[in-house]
Amino acid sequence: MLGTKTRTATRPAIRADGLSKRFADRAAFEGLTFEVAAGEVFGLLGPNGAGKTTTVRVLSTLLPPTSGTAEVAGLPLGAASASEIRRRISVMPETPGLYLRLTVRDNLEFFAGLYGLSSPEAHSRIVQALALVGLTDRADDPAGSLSKGLRQRTALARALLPDPAVMFLDEPTTGLDPVAAVEVREIIGGLRDRGATVFLTTHRLDEAERLCDRVAIVNTRLVSVGRPDELRRRLFRPALELRLGRPLPDPATLFGAIRGVDGWTNGRGSGAYVLDVTDPEGAAPEVAKTVVGVGASIIRLAEIVRSLEDVYLELVEDER
Amino acid sequence: MSPKIRTVVRKEFREYRRNRFIVFTMAAMPVVVLLILVGETFALPDRIPLAALRRPVGEALLFLQLIPVMLPTTIAAYAVIGEREQGTLETVLTTPVTDRELLAGKAIAAILPAVGISWLLFAVYVGLAQLFAPAVVVAQIWTPNQAVAMALLTPALAAFAILVGILISLRSTDFRVAQQLAVLASLPVIGLVALVTFRVVHPSAVLYAAAAGVVGLMAAACWHLASALFSRERLLTRFGG
Repeated sequence: MLGTKTRTATRPAIRADGLSKRFADRAAFEGLTFEVAAGEVFGLLGPNGAGKTTTVRVLSTLLPPTSGTAEVAGLPLGAASASEIRRRISVMPETPGLYLRLTVRDNLEFFAGLYGLSSPEAHSRIVQALALVGLTDRADDPAGSLSKGLRQRTALARALLPDPAVMFLDEPTTGLDPVAAVEVREIIGGLRDRGATVFLTTHRLDEAERLCDRVAIVNTRLVSVGRPDELRRRLFRPALELRLGRPLPDPATLFGAIRGVDGWTNGRGSGAYVLDVTDPEGAAPEVAKTVVGVGASIIRLAEIVRSLEDVYLELVEDER
Repeated sequence: MSPKIRTVVRKEFREYRRNRFIVFTMAAMPVVVLLILVGETFALPDRIPLAALRRPVGEALLFLQLIPVMLPTTIAAYAVIGEREQGTLETVLTTPVTDRELLAGKAIAAILPAVGISWLLFAVYVGLAQLFAPAVVVAQIWTPNQAVAMALLTPALAAFAILVGILISLRSTDFRVAQQLAVLASLPVIGLVALVTFRVVHPSAVLYAAAAGVVGLMAAACWHLASALFSRERLLTRFGG
């Protein structure tokens, strides 16, 4: 079945070690070191010009690296193994790359042929891929007659054809309207559930948060890599947001006396405070009991959940 | 032919069929050339001296050799740059197809119709000439020499013109410029062919075969150059060899 893989603890699907790419005197990216496990959805996040697309192009053998080494789908990156690596992977570039005068099926048949699939095998994989992206009934329509979202789904179907060990998806939802973006995201989510290894570049943080097991944040250099929750923990201390009906007369004394509260700052607005804590679950009841004890009325008391966007902004801002 | 080359050829043919511009130019040019050939040679008087035949027959035969050179220039110039312009090149290059397989598929898909249409045009012209042209004209057109020219020189000219077009396509950034350059690059060869068709150099089967050999070698040189110059990096970025 297309895109269905068994997760096993084998060698990484991708391993980059000090990988760099320069164009003349400009570095597209430098010293990238990371690993992507088999069956993992790995996100490469970064602002425009951070080197995300070039990283995909280098790992998919389209461009040679300037320095460093990498292994993709079990093979060392290099001219000698380029064709074999390309046989084991698939790439969905930012633009769908379809022949608009050809039908969806013609497009898929062409690419199946380039992957060396026999005619019956190609037919069966095309049927499965079209079903997976929900395009069975549009198979005989010219690709040029499809909406942007449907073209992107066709491109995903094409990427699924070779049943690749690694799928590279470069900004798969860029330029799509929200509905089409959700549809494409659902398909990628489905691939994740099937255990496919996906290397995804995006600058949509909600997308990365929802789809990726781990993310790497790049800005020509690797800024950080880890699970989204891990990055959050690494960058931000746990904190509670406290909003009261009225400002406290002496918050320093009050918060200083609460066990589990390590520090505090004023929040946004009158009567709002941010309390640094080590254990939010343990500290929250103590905070509630203490502030209620001095006659304050609590409007809100909750743990501050940092989004990947906060992580990203923090890291990328630090880089600037 | 490897299955991947066949796949590229099949896709190119599908694209031709669905591209009215290509279908129109492939159909229109031979029809126009046929009308010119008929107009030039069929109305000639029966007892025209051989010397007076040199220009009209020379032109007719030159036109026949122009078809395999001119017809595929658009297709050849579009081969690589067209893929880049429509955003399909990167996707194709991410597949296991090799540079040579891709180039060979593109070249074969352009050569086959060019040669096929040239031969068909020649067959139709000779057939009509047998029916309607003066015998003296038929005797100049339907000769063993001309048969050798069509059998050997036509495919060689087509291959050369197409590979020059592909070579230019590999290095151009604009399709229109690539097309113009491809036509210009083929003109010197056409000039040499004109020397023979106008009988400045006396035609013979050996001469045509030798000319086909030379043009074929030039085509082979273009093929090797195209393979060597095929740089994925340069095609996708403006850098690389």
